[in-house]
Amino acid sequence: MSAIIKAQNICVSINDKEIVHNLSLEIPEGKVTAIIGPNGCGKSTTLKALSRILPYKGSVTFKGNEMTSFSQREFAKCLAILTQSPQAPSDLTVNDLVEMGRFPHRGFLGRGGKDDKEHVEWALEQTGVKAMRSRLLNTLSGGERQRAWIAMALAQRPEVLLLDEPTTYLDICHQLEIMQLIVRLNQELGLTVVMVVHDLNHAIMYADHVVVVKAGRLVTSGAPREIITSDLLADVFRVKADEFTLSNDLRALVPVDLYK
Amino acid sequence: MSKQLDASQTIERFGVSRTLWRVGVICFFALLACVGGCLSLVNGSTDIPLKEIMGILAAPGTDPNSMIIWNIRLPRTIVAALVGINLALSGAILQAILRNPLADPHLIGISSGAGVAGVVIMILYPSLEYLIAPVSFIGAMVAAVCIYILAWKNGIKPVRIILAGVAVSAFLSAGISGLMIFYSDRVHGALTWMVGGLAARSWPHVSIILPYAVIGVVLALASAAYLNVLQLGDEMARGLGINIEVTRIVLTAIAALLAASAVSVVGLLGFVGLVVPHAARLLVGSDYRYLLPASAFLGIATITMSDTFARVVFAPIEIPVGIIMAFLGAPFFLFLLRREI
Repeated sequence: MSAIIKAQNICVSINDKEIVHNLSLEIPEGKVTAIIGPNGCGKSTTLKALSRILPYKGSVTFKGNEMTSFSQREFAKCLAILTQSPQAPSDLTVNDLVEMGRFPHRGFLGRGGKDDKEHVEWALEQTGVKAMRSRLLNTLSGGERQRAWIAMALAQRPEVLLLDEPTTYLDICHQLEIMQLIVRLNQELGLTVVMVVHDLNHAIMYADHVVVVKAGRLVTSGAPREIITSDLLADVFRVKADEFTLSNDLRALVPVDLYK
Repeated sequence: MSKQLDASQTIERFGVSRTLWRVGVICFFALLACVGGCLSLVNGSTDIPLKEIMGILAAPGTDPNSMIIWNIRLPRTIVAALVGINLALSGAILQAILRNPLADPHLIGISSGAGVAGVVIMILYPSLEYLIAPVSFIGAMVAAVCIYILAWKNGIKPVRIILAGVAVSAFLSAGISGLMIFYSDRVHGALTWMVGGLAARSWPHVSIILPYAVIGVVLALASAAYLNVLQLGDEMARGLGINIEVTRIVLTAIAALLAASAVSVVGLLGFVGLVVPHAARLLVGSDYRYLLPASAFLGIATITMSDTFARVVFAPIEIPVGIIMAFLGAPFFLFLLRREI
C-alpha cells in the first residue's frame, strides 16, 4: 500500500486555537479512506488542512513532494475538495457549476483548451447529472445537487477527491446512492477518495481504510472491518453498541445506550 | 408533457435561450448608453440638433455651437460615461468579493475618504480648489487601505471589511460634519460636491479619470472568471486553485481605483455603485462574464440620462446629478425588485 498523501505531525489552528495536534496519517493511493470521530474532534479541520484550505504546521507530502511546493492552481489539478454545504449563486445551472471545475485548467481570461468541453461532458456523465445540466442548482433534490457538486470536483480531473460529510442532510436512499457513486468512481477510475463520514456503518461498508480522530489526535487507523468495533465506539464516542451480521456478511453497529 | 416540464425547470426567459437573452440585454443596455450619450450632447441651454452635432464632431468649426459641443458638452458626456462605468464596475466587483448585496464603493471608505479630503480643501483651503481631484483621490485610497489593514487578522474576512468600513466611514463622516458646522458660511460648494454633480466638468477631468477607467475595465473583464469562482465561497474557491488573499487584495485595489477616480472628479456620487450592478444582475444573472459589461453599459446610461435630466428639468437652474439619480433611480430599482423579472 503506497501513500499518496502523507501528513507528519501536523498542527492546525483556527482563530489561534489549535484544533489538530501533532497528527500523522497516510492516505493510501487508489483507495477509499474514511475519517471518523466525534463532533468537533477536528475531522473537517484535518480534511481542510490536507486540501490546503487551512494553513498547517508540519509536513504534508503529495506523491512525495511537499504540498506547499505546488502553486494553488497546480494543486487544484491534483486534488479536489467538496466542503460541507457549499454556497452558490441562485441562478447557477448544473452546467455552469461543472464548468467552474475547469477553472484551474483554464488559462488567463478563462479560456479552456481543446478538450475542455469533453471533460465537462465526462464529469456530467460519470455522476449521472447530464439530463439535468440546464436546470438551476436550487431546483434539484438534495441527492441530485450533491451529485452535481461531485461532478464539479471531477471536472477538475483530480487524482484525489476529498469529501466533507457528503451524505449529510440526505435521506437513506440518496445516502446509499452517493456512497455507491463514490465507490464506483474509486473502482472504475482509480480515484483516491478521502471522506469525513458520520455513519460508521458507511465506513465499514464502503471504505478500504479508516482514520479515527478524537480531540484533534489520531486514535488509530487501519482496515475498517477490524478497527470499527463496539470497543472503539465505547472508547471514542462513549456509546454502547451492539454488533450485527448483515445479509452481505458485513458487520453493522447499532448504538443502544450511552456510557455515563 | 415531459417537454413542458423541462421548459418550466430550465432557465429560458420569455422563450429564448439564456445566452441569447443575456447577450440581448447587454445589447439593449449598450443601445441605452448610446441614447444617453446622444441626449446628453443634444440637450442643454441651447438645443443643438443631433445632425449638426455629427457634423461638428466630424469637422470642428469655430462657431459658437462647435465651441459648446467641444468644450462643454462632449467632455461632460465623456466624464459622465466614464464615471458611470467606473462606479458600476467597482460596485459589481465589491459585491462579489465581499459576498454582500449591500457592498458598494462607500463601504470600503472611498466616499468618506474622498469626502474628508475634498471638504478640507473646499472649506479650509479654498484657494487650492484646483487640487480637489488629486487630493480626494488620495484621501479615498488612504481610507480604503486603512480599512483593509484594520480588517486584517490572519487574512481577510468579508464581514470584517464591512464592519471596519462602517466604523471608519462613521469616524470620517463625523469629521466632515464637524467641519461643515464650524465653517457653515462656506458650506455651499462642499454640499454640492457631497451630493455629486457634473457641472463644469471638462477635458482636465476626462484626463484624470480616463486612464483608470481604461485600466480598470480591462482588469475587471479579465477577472470575470475569478469573480465567478469567488461566489462559491472562500473554501471552494481555494479548492479550485484561487489564492484568496492575493486575489481579494488585487480585486479590492481595482475596485478602489475605479471608484476613487470617479468620486474625485464628480464628488460623492452614491447609488450608482450599489444599484446599477443589482439592476443588471436582476436581468442578466450573476455570471460576471455577462454582468460586468451589462453593468458598465447600464452605468453609462444611468449617469448620462440623469445628468441630461438634471440640466434640463429646471433649466437654467441645474440640479446636482446625484439628487436626480436617487429620485428617479430608487423607485425604478424598487420596481425591478418587486417584479423580479
